[in-house]
Amino acid sequence: MINAVGRDIPDEILEITGKEPFQGNFYLDDKPMTKVGPTIRPIMNNKKSKLVASIREALIKCEAHDGMTVSFHHHFRDGDLIVNMVMKEIHDMGFKDITICATSLGKAHDPLVPMIEDGTITRIESSGVRGRIGEAISQGKLQGLAIMRSHGGRVRALTTGEAHVDIAFIGAPTSDDYGNLRGIGGKADCGVLSYAIVDGNHADHCVAITDCLVPYPNFPAHISQTKVDYVCVVDEIGVPSKIASGAAKPTTDQRKLLMAQYCTDVVVNTPWFKDGFSYQTGVGGASIASTQYLAEIMRDRNIHMGFGVGGLTKAMCQLLDDGMARVMLDVQDFDLDAVHNLKNVNHHRIPAGVYANPLNKGAVVNKLDYVVLASLEVDVHFNCNVVVGSDGMITGAQGGHPDTAQGAKCAIVICPLLQGRIPAICTDVTTVTTPGESIDVVVTDYGVAVNPARQDILQALREADCVPLRTIEELRDTAYSIVGEPDKVEFEDRIVGIIEARDGTIIDVVRQIKEIKQPAVYKKKGRRRANG
Amino acid sequence: MTNPNKYRLRRTMMFLNCQKPGLIKDPYIYKPDSIMLDLEDAVAEREKDAARYSLYHALQEIDYRGVERVVRINGLDTDLWREDVRCAVAGGCDSIRIPKTETADDVRTVEYAIAEAEREFRRPEGSVLLMAALESARGVINAMSICDSSERLFGIALSGGDYSKDLQISISGTGVEFMGARQHMIIAARAAKVQCFDTVWTNLNDMAGFRKEVEIIHSMGFDGKSIVNPRQIPVVHEIYTPKEKDIIFAEKVIKEIDQKKAMGIGVFTVDGKMIDIAFYDGAKRTIALAKASGVYKGDL
Repeated sequence: MINAVGRDIPDEILEITGKEPFQGNFYLDDKPMTKVGPTIRPIMNNKKSKLVASIREALIKCEAHDGMTVSFHHHFRDGDLIVNMVMKEIHDMGFKDITICATSLGKAHDPLVPMIEDGTITRIESSGVRGRIGEAISQGKLQGLAIMRSHGGRVRALTTGEAHVDIAFIGAPTSDDYGNLRGIGGKADCGVLSYAIVDGNHADHCVAITDCLVPYPNFPAHISQTKVDYVCVVDEIGVPSKIASGAAKPTTDQRKLLMAQYCTDVVVNTPWFKDGFSYQTGVGGASIASTQYLAEIMRDRNIHMGFGVGGLTKAMCQLLDDGMARVMLDVQDFDLDAVHNLKNVNHHRIPAGVYANPLNKGAVVNKLDYVVLASLEVDVHFNCNVVVGSDGMITGAQGGHPDTAQGAKCAIVICPLLQGRIPAICTDVTTVTTPGESIDVVVTDYGVAVNPARQDILQALREADCVPLRTIEELRDTAYSIVGEPDKVEFEDRIVGIIEARDGTIIDVVRQIKEIKQPAVYKKKGRRRANG
Repeated sequence: MTNPNKYRLRRTMMFLNCQKPGLIKDPYIYKPDSIMLDLEDAVAEREKDAARYSLYHALQEIDYRGVERVVRINGLDTDLWREDVRCAVAGGCDSIRIPKTETADDVRTVEYAIAEAEREFRRPEGSVLLMAALESARGVINAMSICDSSERLFGIALSGGDYSKDLQISISGTGVEFMGARQHMIIAARAAKVQCFDTVWTNLNDMAGFRKEVEIIHSMGFDGKSIVNPRQIPVVHEIYTPKEKDIIFAEKVIKEIDQKKAMGIGVFTVDGKMIDIAFYDGAKRTIALAKASGVYKGDL
C-alpha cells in the first residue's frame, strides 16, 4: 500500500506487524487510546534485599527466558559498557531469540554482531543503529525485523503495549541498595536518565546496574526505588571520555560556519524570534556554531530564550548561565559542561515521554518554536533520511528528529549539498525517516530552500533578504550538475527493517542490501590473509 | 578596446591550491570577488602537472558564478610558466598573475605568451588580463613602469612574505615594515590608473589584527586584499562596504552634479559641503561599491 509519503509498504509487512501505513502527521490526533501497564511483583517484605551479586543472578531472578525482550538506554553513548556486559551474560547462559529494545545502539555495541549471527539476538528495536550492527541488519543477518522508532515513538510504543519489555537494564552512575538512581555523583556521570524512565514505568522487571553504590536514600532520585527490582554493582558501567564526546572544539570548517550563519539568519528573520522564543539544536559543528551566532544577536537585541530543550551542550547551557535563557529542559547531555550545568536551578531534567511522546496529552516538542537538525539526505519533497546511508546501509538514528521536526513551528535542517561525491539534496531519499510535511527550511552551503507549504517563512525571508533563497529543486539540480545523478541503490527484495513514524504507522521499509560482487583479485587477497 | 573586466570590483582575492580539487570545486559559495588558482608556491614540485590538470578541468567544467578566475603561474625563472600560461588560457581563465615581477619586461614577456596562447586556443585577443605581484625591493621600486607596461595589466599586488625576506626584515604584524612599499605602490597604481592589492594576513587566530590591517589599507586607497581563508572575506567586504550616510551623500552629489551641470552651475553645496565636478568620480565609485556589496537598491 502506498503511504502518505509515497512509499510502498508491502501488505505482508502490514500483516506481520499489525501496523498501518503512514497517513500524515496528525492521523491519530484526538483519537482515543488506552495505555497498558506492566506485570510487576510487589516488594512488601522489608527483609528482602534488592542487591544481587551478578548480572547472571539478576537474569535468573527476573525469570530470563528464550524469546524475551530486554531494554537499554544510551545515555552513556559511545562509552556504554552495559549492553555488551548484559548481552554477554545472556549469550553465555544460552538464551536465544532475544529482542533488544534500546533507545539507541552505536559503535560501542559492535560485539553484538556475532550474537545476531548465532541467533541469540533476533529482533532489534531502536531509534537507530550505527556501526557494525547496522551493517549486519542491512546484510540480512538479523532473523526478525529491525524496528526503528524515534525517542518519542519508543515511549509511545511502550505505553500502548506495541512494545513490551520483560527486563529493563538501567545503567546508573549512582544507586543506593534500594534502587534510587541518579545520573550524577558517580564515576561515569551522564547527567540525566530521561530515556530510561519509561522502562522503569513499563518493564515487568527492572535491574539497576551501577559502579557507584551510595548510602540510602540516593535522593532526589531520577528513577525511583518503586520501579526497580534489583541492584547489581559492577566494576565499570561506562567510559567517561566517550560519554562526553560532544565536547568538541568549536569548528573552524568554513563550510559549516557558512551554513551556521545562514541558519542563524533564518532564525532571527522569522516571526518567532522574539523574547521568550524556544529552541532546540544538536551537537554537530554547524549546530553549535549556529547557537553561538544566535547568542550574539540575542545579546545585541536583548532577546531572551524562553526555554531550550533537548540533548544539551555547553553552548546551550552557556545561554542559561549568562541569563540569556530562562529554562533548559534536559533529556540528554552531550558534554560534561551540560552535566555540570544541572546544578543551575533552571536546568530541569525531563523524561523522554514529556519531551516527545506523540500520544500523550501534549509533549514539550509541541511548544518548540525552532529546531535545528541535520540529515543524511533531503529530497525535493522535503522528506529526510537520517537512518540509511546513500549506499543503502543502516548507519544512523532517528533520535528525536521526527518528534522535534513535527513539533516545532520552524524546523530547520542543515545539510551540505554534497556528502563527498554523493548529492545530499536529491529527487527521492533512500529511506524516508521524517516526512517532508514536518520540515520547513533546508539550509545548505549553496543556499536555503523553504518548504512551499510555508509561505509565511518564505515571505519573511524574502523581505529580510538575508540568505540566498533557492527552491529545493534548484538545490537538487545544482548538486546533480556537480556530481551527476547517482544510480539508485540496489536492494534485495527482503525487508530487514521498518521505519516507524512517530505515531507507530509505517513510513518506510528498509531492504537487504545487494552484495556488491568484488573483483576476484580482492577475494583472493582476503583468502590469503585468512589462511596466513 | 579595453577589456570590460579590467576595472571590476576586486575587494577580495582568495588563494586556492590547484593541487586540492576539494578547495577549487566551489569557492564561490563564500562569495569572494576573485579567486586565485595557484600553480606556484602552494603546489609541490612533483605535483605541478597534476595541478595543471585539475586547473584545466575546473576552469572548463565549473561555473564559478561570476567570481573572477585568476591563475598564478610559476615564476619566470622556472621552466614551468609557459605551460602554465597555455593551460590557463586554454581552460578559459579571466586573468593571470605573474609572481616575483621585477620589471616591465617581465610583464611584456608573459603578455606575449598569453597572446600566443589566445591565438592557439582561439580565444579573443585581449580576453585574458594580467596582474603583477611585486615581491622584491626591485619590483616595488619599479612599480611605476610595471603599472605602465601593458594594456592588459589591471593591477599590482604586494607579496609581503618574499618582500620582507628581500628587505631582510621579519613581519611584525604592525605593518610598519610595509609602509613604504604600500604607499609607493598605491601612488604608482593610481598614476597609471590600475588597481592595487595588499598582501595576505596569515595569522587566522588574530582576526582583530586582520581587521585593523584591512582598515588601514582601505584608508590608504588599496582596491582589495589577498585572502587565505574564507573567514577573512566578510571582514574585508564589510570594511569596503560604503556606510549608509556615505551612500546617501554620494547619491545626492551625483544627482545634484547632473542637475546643476545642465543648469550651467559648477560649484554648489550639498549638506553644507562645497561640491564641484571633482567629487563626481568618487561618488560614482561609492555607489558602484555599494551596489556590488548588495547594500544599494537605488536607481543610480
